[in-house]
Amino acid sequence: MAKSHKPVVWFPFAAGGTVIAFFIPVIVLLTLMAALGHAPAGLDYANLHAFAANGLGKLIIFGVVSLSMWSSAHRLRCTFYDFGVRADTAVATILYLAAIIGSILAAIYLLRI
Amino acid sequence: MSNSPPRSHPPLAAPPEGAAASLGRPGGSSERTVTLEVLRYDPDTDSEARFQRYEVVCQEEWVVLDALNKVKADIDPTLNYRWSCHMAVCGSCGMMINGEPKLSCHAFLRNYEGVIRIEPLANFPIERDLVVAPDDFMDKLKRVKPYLIPKQEKPISEGEYKQTPAQLMKYRQYSMCINCMLCYAACPQYGLTPSFIGPAALTLAHRYNQDSRDGGRKERQEVAATHEGVWECTFVGACSEVCPAHVDPASALQQMKITSSIDWIVEHLIPGGKP
Repeated sequence: MAKSHKPVVWFPFAAGGTVIAFFIPVIVLLTLMAALGHAPAGLDYANLHAFAANGLGKLIIFGVVSLSMWSSAHRLRCTFYDFGVRADTAVATILYLAAIIGSILAAIYLLRI
Repeated sequence: MSNSPPRSHPPLAAPPEGAAASLGRPGGSSERTVTLEVLRYDPDTDSEARFQRYEVVCQEEWVVLDALNKVKADIDPTLNYRWSCHMAVCGSCGMMINGEPKLSCHAFLRNYEGVIRIEPLANFPIERDLVVAPDDFMDKLKRVKPYLIPKQEKPISEGEYKQTPAQLMKYRQYSMCINCMLCYAACPQYGLTPSFIGPAALTLAHRYNQDSRDGGRKERQEVAATHEGVWECTFVGACSEVCPAHVDPASALQQMKITSSIDWIVEHLIPGGKP
């Protein structure tokens, strides 16, 4: 039996899962705080804009966004599989394509800043 | 055997706090009539399975297996089920109790209300009544080579293969499997994809891979690193929830995914790399 090539999609999924676990709850909390007008002074618009304008900042934001999207796409693919949707290739293609398009859009927006 | 008297149980699962009090009978033993709804099926004579109800007078501290033994002894000797140790060690009395895979010797009646529905382990063919055919699991177990394959055979004169306590701890948890197959009955992937090697067999492969005396990982990867091996697992985690020996097969499979992924990178992305 041939060994599987699934690590290609699983590694970014695992990395994305770690990113989601560490960053996303904080980002959601800070976004909510900002929406309610309680963002810490260091996280105001000007500072965050400067962070996104910096090369390293762009890379970090891109990493968080693309890995999170890839991880969510893979998780959703597994969920479909768990529920017995066995058109795995079609599901995987659609979901991974969405993650890839999302990542490209994130890169485009970041490069415009 | 089947008319054995009620016995005291080893402290495998402490009763929930206040369990006796909530039943209004603080302390002491008392009787209770329990209704069991047991799946009956004989492939030789029945065209389909049916449920049969038994009213059983049970002691409050009994487990489901005691109730089944009482049925077999006093009500219906034709009922078939497997059991042996009555202390969650042998792993032979696994069945679905109210839809959950459980060892019937470990399922206390006091934790159930109303009719208790008892079915054979899910995802396995029924041999008769509550007895399932474990052949598929046994075959998969063999395929992962669940035994020590020494890196180098050495003559007996050179003495034993020694191991430090730290080396033992790396695999000890995964060596506690009692082959009860509850994890297979709980795993939705095994239910949907019968070719999946499954939680217990892969966990045993991991157990030997982690053993400092073993050198057989490469051989086991031929089965474990395939689509039907760890990559069929979608980390539902039901295997770990139902495991009576707290082996946590889900963690073993996730660790195997990491090492298999590293193997893949070494094999495909590093020139001349061999896992």
